[in-house]
Amino acid sequence: MSAPGRRSPLAWALVLCAASLLFVLLGVCVGSSGWQAWADMARDPVAWQIVWDIRLPRSVGAWGAGALLGLSGAVAQGLFRNPLADPYLLGSAAGASLGVCVALALLGVSPASLEWLAQIGLTGAAFAGATGAVLLTLVLARGVQHTLRLLLAGVVVGVVLGAASSLVLLMQPQLLQAMQGFLLGSTAFVGWSGCLLMLVVWSLCMAAAWWFSPVLDGLALGESTALSLGLPLAPMRLGLILVLALASGTAVAQTGLIAFVGLAAPHLVRSVLRATHAWLLLLSGLMGGALLLAADLLARALIAPQELPVGVLTAVLGGGYLLWLMHRQSASLPGGGA
Amino acid sequence: MIRGRLLFLGLLLLGAGTAGAWELRDDSGQTFQLARAPQRIVSLLPSLTETVCALGECARLVGVDRYSNFPESVRALPQLGGGLDPQLEAIVALKPDLVLASAFAPGVQRMRALGLKLLVLEPRDFADAVRVVRVLGQVLAVDTAAAVVQGMERELRAAAQAVPVAARGKTVYFEVNPGPYAAGPSSFVGQMLAQLGLRNIVPASLGAFPKINPELVVRAQPDVILVGDNEVDDLSKRPGWGALVAVRTQRMCVFGKQDSDTLVRPGPRMAQGAMRVAQCLQRLYPGPA
Repeated sequence: MSAPGRRSPLAWALVLCAASLLFVLLGVCVGSSGWQAWADMARDPVAWQIVWDIRLPRSVGAWGAGALLGLSGAVAQGLFRNPLADPYLLGSAAGASLGVCVALALLGVSPASLEWLAQIGLTGAAFAGATGAVLLTLVLARGVQHTLRLLLAGVVVGVVLGAASSLVLLMQPQLLQAMQGFLLGSTAFVGWSGCLLMLVVWSLCMAAAWWFSPVLDGLALGESTALSLGLPLAPMRLGLILVLALASGTAVAQTGLIAFVGLAAPHLVRSVLRATHAWLLLLSGLMGGALLLAADLLARALIAPQELPVGVLTAVLGGGYLLWLMHRQSASLPGGGA
Repeated sequence: MIRGRLLFLGLLLLGAGTAGAWELRDDSGQTFQLARAPQRIVSLLPSLTETVCALGECARLVGVDRYSNFPESVRALPQLGGGLDPQLEAIVALKPDLVLASAFAPGVQRMRALGLKLLVLEPRDFADAVRVVRVLGQVLAVDTAAAVVQGMERELRAAAQAVPVAARGKTVYFEVNPGPYAAGPSSFVGQMLAQLGLRNIVPASLGAFPKINPELVVRAQPDVILVGDNEVDDLSKRPGWGALVAVRTQRMCVFGKQDSDTLVRPGPRMAQGAMRVAQCLQRLYPGPA
């Protein structure tokens, strides 16, 4: 791997796109019934359905969710000038869990009388919960001016909403199993509509984040410098937080809680090149997509025909690579961390 | 509340005019109909697997979830993940004409979208288990359902009669897991205990499977404790529990994994679980039944 800055961001973007494309092609071929489905596609309608309706949407969906998480991770890290920031920082994970929990509890009590809820489904409930939690954080922090206040409000919202879901689960322990499924995170049930939604949301969020990215470059130099540059800090921050909420909420709603992609993707990008935030945001998205897609592939292939939870793999892979990166950099730069 | 839900969800036979032209509402509120009896069935819930086999149609199963372990023959079938992670690809590849799943299984909507014929059943108690036998008998177009239900009811009566006189009216605590979560009177375990003439120390107001304060058990001093074999050694180490008469005198019914399956699965073997409890009581309270 080259030292930071040797290759242009555009070249890296192309490399990541090519890798993602390769992974999608591989993803179409690998599954519980092995390569065979791919070979039989032309003759066998079931093989066609497996490839076209299950493998392809789940591969594209894994990419989309990873891209959303990578983008929101980069936004969060830039916005809070904190390398530990991740997409769930402002309480969206706890909010999504609570949304799913409450929806399950209501559905469990009387499924048919709440048909509207079944219509919106758990996906909608998770999204509403995630964005609701971020808005609540905004309200509690009384706006976006104060970074520390936002962070603390996010922590408080996360803890309180997490406790609220625990309370609901305590009252309705039969929901525990269903909740466990959500918390593990899975790309297995993403359909074409989910894919389309994630890609559209990613494009919109990416465009908005690109537009707002000068504020992240300014913030990297410190809050007072950013102000002295004449940037409209407050509205642009608000815009970025909405991007964060929308992107992470959409990903969580479609795939459940997938850990570490949002945290690791921006770090991986920064480890290979230095660029303005506009590029960093784009590349983090592409990196997140490639990362989750690769993890999804491995999750399917490692113990086929069984499957590993993809969240477990992202944690092991992303965490392992990040650790290696950290030690390599601290070894080459005495006294300087990652 | 639960009663009302069950009534609502109960088998609604609509327009049963011509033979074969029937439909019912399943436990997800969806209308379900089948043109002909299914021949390739995938079951994603152990109790539903057991019900299909109890109806004598085990041979129609082509795949089960990884927790289905009874009867022995289903272990040879392809395992299609668990309730939490049904493996869509493997299920689709088996080309089932019926998939049995529980309402909370993730991917239920996705399986419907993939064109799989899905019947969602959520048995929670004895009445549910009986209802599921009837529904599946109808869906599979077999006439064994009535006999299976009669058998279940007969076994349950036999279990109730097997309880020694000395044990009737005793107070019991049924521990579901070391949370401690208890089985309340409205749960299917609680209903079964009531059928056996036992009194639950957990008040009905706490719900089906409440997480209780360990103090509650110490205060209530149950005559008998029912617990799984992997937790039984811990009971005496819990603060204050060592002084419980039931713990000191070993008035406990300890269940292994096999017995637990019959006790906690609302399926056709529920009455066998009741019989295990009755047999344990015979051991603890020798005397005439």
